[in-house]
Amino acid sequence: MVEENEIYQEHILDHYEDPYHRGGCPHCTHRHEDDNPLCGDVIRMELRIADDGRIEAAYFDGDGCCISQAAASMLVERFDGKTVDELKQFTAQEMLEMFGVRLTPNRQKCCLLPWRVMQAAIYAPVAAPASVPSEDRP
Amino acid sequence: MSVSAAPRPFAPELYRPDFPILSTLLHEGVPLVYLDNAATSQRPRHVIQAIVDSYERHYANVHRGIHWLADQTTDRYEDAREKVRMLINAPAREQVIFTAGTTGGINLVARSWGEANLHAGDELLLTEMEHHSNLVPWQQVAQRTGARLRYIPVTDDGLLDLDVYDRLLTERTRLVAVAGVSNVLGTVNPVADIIRRAHQAGALALIDGAQSVPHLPTDVQALDCDFLAFSGHKMLGPSGVGVLYGRQELLEAMPPFLGGGSMIRRVRLDGFEPQDLPAKFEAGTPPIVPAIGLGAAIDYLNAVGLEAIHQHECRLTRYAQELLERVEGLRILGPAPDHKGGIVSFTLSRIHAHDIAQLLDREGIAIRAGHHCAMPLHQRFGLNATARASFYFYNTMSEVEKLAAALERVKDVFRRRRT
Repeated sequence: MVEENEIYQEHILDHYEDPYHRGGCPHCTHRHEDDNPLCGDVIRMELRIADDGRIEAAYFDGDGCCISQAAASMLVERFDGKTVDELKQFTAQEMLEMFGVRLTPNRQKCCLLPWRVMQAAIYAPVAAPASVPSEDRP
Repeated sequence: MSVSAAPRPFAPELYRPDFPILSTLLHEGVPLVYLDNAATSQRPRHVIQAIVDSYERHYANVHRGIHWLADQTTDRYEDAREKVRMLINAPAREQVIFTAGTTGGINLVARSWGEANLHAGDELLLTEMEHHSNLVPWQQVAQRTGARLRYIPVTDDGLLDLDVYDRLLTERTRLVAVAGVSNVLGTVNPVADIIRRAHQAGALALIDGAQSVPHLPTDVQALDCDFLAFSGHKMLGPSGVGVLYGRQELLEAMPPFLGGGSMIRRVRLDGFEPQDLPAKFEAGTPPIVPAIGLGAAIDYLNAVGLEAIHQHECRLTRYAQELLERVEGLRILGPAPDHKGGIVSFTLSRIHAHDIAQLLDREGIAIRAGHHCAMPLHQRFGLNATARASFYFYNTMSEVEKLAAALERVKDVFRRRRT
């Protein structure tokens, strides 16, 4: 039996120990990194965004607690192949729901760190002239 | 102060019933194992009752009213000052200033003494193991004055490198600020030696006593320190009160820090004359009841005996290191137990400190996880976060055993998946 507030559930430990797309993104176009200074969790997100706004590849790397790293893996898996628009519409509340465990406010920050970093990555092209998310163009 | 050369049997069980919170049951029946004393201690009924009595029977503003209640409260507030004076063996009551806490005290010195005395080219000497509250106020004053900060390094085994300290001490060094006990490594620093060398170089010395005064006998005259700051809430007292001790001639020469009521002798529209010590540094209504509560806490600590407290905590630390070293993948930071107080910080390979703390919490064990307000020290050891168990005299050997056993179960949560 798995309780609703059991953080260390199988599917979370699966993501923590066998993460989806952990590492550098080949031909990455957008990259952002941030941390949660309170606990030292660090997440870097790398995306390859096509001209039509499709996220062709999403990768993460980082260092931190089980929650932040598993949440990053889930998020990358969810948006690998999706569009920038879909990512922008994905709210913090939906991120917490996707994680699926009721978290205390302090641990919600761990879960939302990757969400915050991925949302910021869309606005962080790797090189100055690189692509900008499609809907931001004239 | 009770001083016993040979460790006599010490029974924490005698004191635990005095601390109502220690009998808390968590998560439907798990007894609390409180090992987060470096963050804040718990309080005995004696202290809680002193606070209640103050509010119920002896409460008015101090040093102001011409009425019975004001006199009663002032007497109790000043009695608390005298208890602090005796605890640290300060020469005079005027040298004991009530502050908001250790942070408040260090900021007072940094702003008042620092801004009046520091100039471009002067140097302040800190250490890599300082708590942010003994780093940031000096960084701020350095920015304002052009003084430079230099740091005594920490060796791999968690001690201050005193050879480098000697080389860093120069005629430019104006002040050395160092923790009595590291809040992460648990290192008991040789402060008497550090102060002596500072004085030989013509520098002043400030001791951050937040982790030392609650756990070890402290004698400011024997130490010959110029400033000592500590907090009430880490030594059985309420939060919101701390103490700054200073050498008389230094405090007298320093300009007031905060301006307002109490700290003035006379105010005109074109200026003011400051009050004498200690009021000069106690602007506004002071933390009246917290100070009275701190006085009651000191009574309690004296009854237990600070030397006995230190000896017991060292036994807990030795036992914790012995048991924790057997946990595979566990690494303890800091020096050998002989150089430590009651603080044991550690990492577990591949398990983040927050996950350790969260899983221990299920078994009722409260520890701290994170950087413990010492980010530069964690950077020094290449770590983002550590888990920290910190003891007080009411902790027992069996609580240490519970911690060690629970850490094996923390590992099980992750281990069972790796085969």
